[in-house]
Amino acid sequence: MSKHHVSTTINGEPTEFLCEPQLTLLDVLRDELHLTGSKEGCSSGDCGACSVMVDGRLVCSCLMLAVEAEGHAIETIEGLARGKDLHPLQRKFLEHAALQCGFCTPGVLIAAKALLDRNPNPTETEARYWFAGNLCRCTGYDKIIRAVLDAAAELRGE
Amino acid sequence: MLGYTAPSTVEEAIRILAEAPGTAKILSGGTDLLVQLRSGRTKPDLIVDIKKIPGMSGIRERDGAFVIGAATPGAVIGECEALKRVWPGVVEAANLIGSTQVQGRASLAGNLCNASPAADSVPALIAARATCVVVGANGRREVPVESIPTGPGRTSLKPGEFIVEFHLPKRPARSADAYLRFIPRTEMDIAVVGAGVSVTLDPGGACTDARVVLGAVAPTAILVPEAAAALIGHTLDETVLAALDQAARRACKPIDDKRGTIEYRTKVAGVMARRAAVIAYERAGVRR
Repeated sequence: MSKHHVSTTINGEPTEFLCEPQLTLLDVLRDELHLTGSKEGCSSGDCGACSVMVDGRLVCSCLMLAVEAEGHAIETIEGLARGKDLHPLQRKFLEHAALQCGFCTPGVLIAAKALLDRNPNPTETEARYWFAGNLCRCTGYDKIIRAVLDAAAELRGE
Repeated sequence: MLGYTAPSTVEEAIRILAEAPGTAKILSGGTDLLVQLRSGRTKPDLIVDIKKIPGMSGIRERDGAFVIGAATPGAVIGECEALKRVWPGVVEAANLIGSTQVQGRASLAGNLCNASPAADSVPALIAARATCVVVGANGRREVPVESIPTGPGRTSLKPGEFIVEFHLPKRPARSADAYLRFIPRTEMDIAVVGAGVSVTLDPGGACTDARVVLGAVAPTAILVPEAAAALIGHTLDETVLAALDQAARRACKPIDDKRGTIEYRTKVAGVMARRAAVIAYERAGVRR
């Protein structure tokens, strides 16, 4: 079986790649396009370390075939900062020390971006439910939630 | 070697499936299929992605009835205010499947055809008298949702057949549904027991029509007419709820596993049925 040619947009840049049908979007992001910010944790959609946005919708890139990206807009952690200017979420994660080993962090940040895009003023409960699919094995959930709510307040101009 | 194709019409998909040598798998949201591909539990020769077919994703309202495309993600279902008003139980059940990330992809057709006895959306769809439209080389048929799963991982779909949409009927006044599941944590787990209840009430609050469906207590979700009979003709009181509880428990044929023993699942099924009935009655009472 020949490789599939896929045309997509990644972090605003038109991007084309060739891939075998069994490869996941995560495989192609990391191994073909060298966007290694998205992490491979469980490969079964449980941990959220591979979270990306597809047409503005949060998904696990390990649960999507790369060929399915045809015609869709993908946003990864690499697109969050503007050059050297960190996104407010990234700054707040540093300020609140909302990470330890950092492996879950790219997925958590993308999930946080997806949350605040939809709901600029989430309650703590809403945020905690939203992040149910992002596992942090360093047990940093409280700091993550504080950083997200603080970033949300800043983005609202409070 | 695995092949992939994304047909742009139902007819093209039917033809591809009919002509495919070896085994073909339908790809909708992929949240079960990709896990099974990776683990080697399924080894198809061809993946047929139905999401490029118009109408496969999205919700349409027609004269008070709803049509939900087979591949509509849970997140889209949860954002449909009109559907939430009329079928709150179906929506809450669909939205219980997996995490936020999984909701971005997971579909009703996938949840149904993966045929887990613990699938959350299935009891709610059956309680709602939902039907699904199945297409294949022999044409198109509309069948009740409960006719699809035949056992864990098995369905009544013939080779080459797939679901294109779900139909939810128009609702009489004072009708509502509810779905509850029991899991040991608060989010992202597989149901130990699920219960879907749909009711219609008369102006005095007595039940005129009911459907009670249990999940994860038998090889498939089970419709329990005896439990519905316990509700019909009655407003909710302790006697009625006790009869519902007993009928639900009697219908259970669960397995013992790490999520719960037979005894535990049976007991919890009665409790979930009661609580879901209370919610459905409350919702129906305020929906004129």
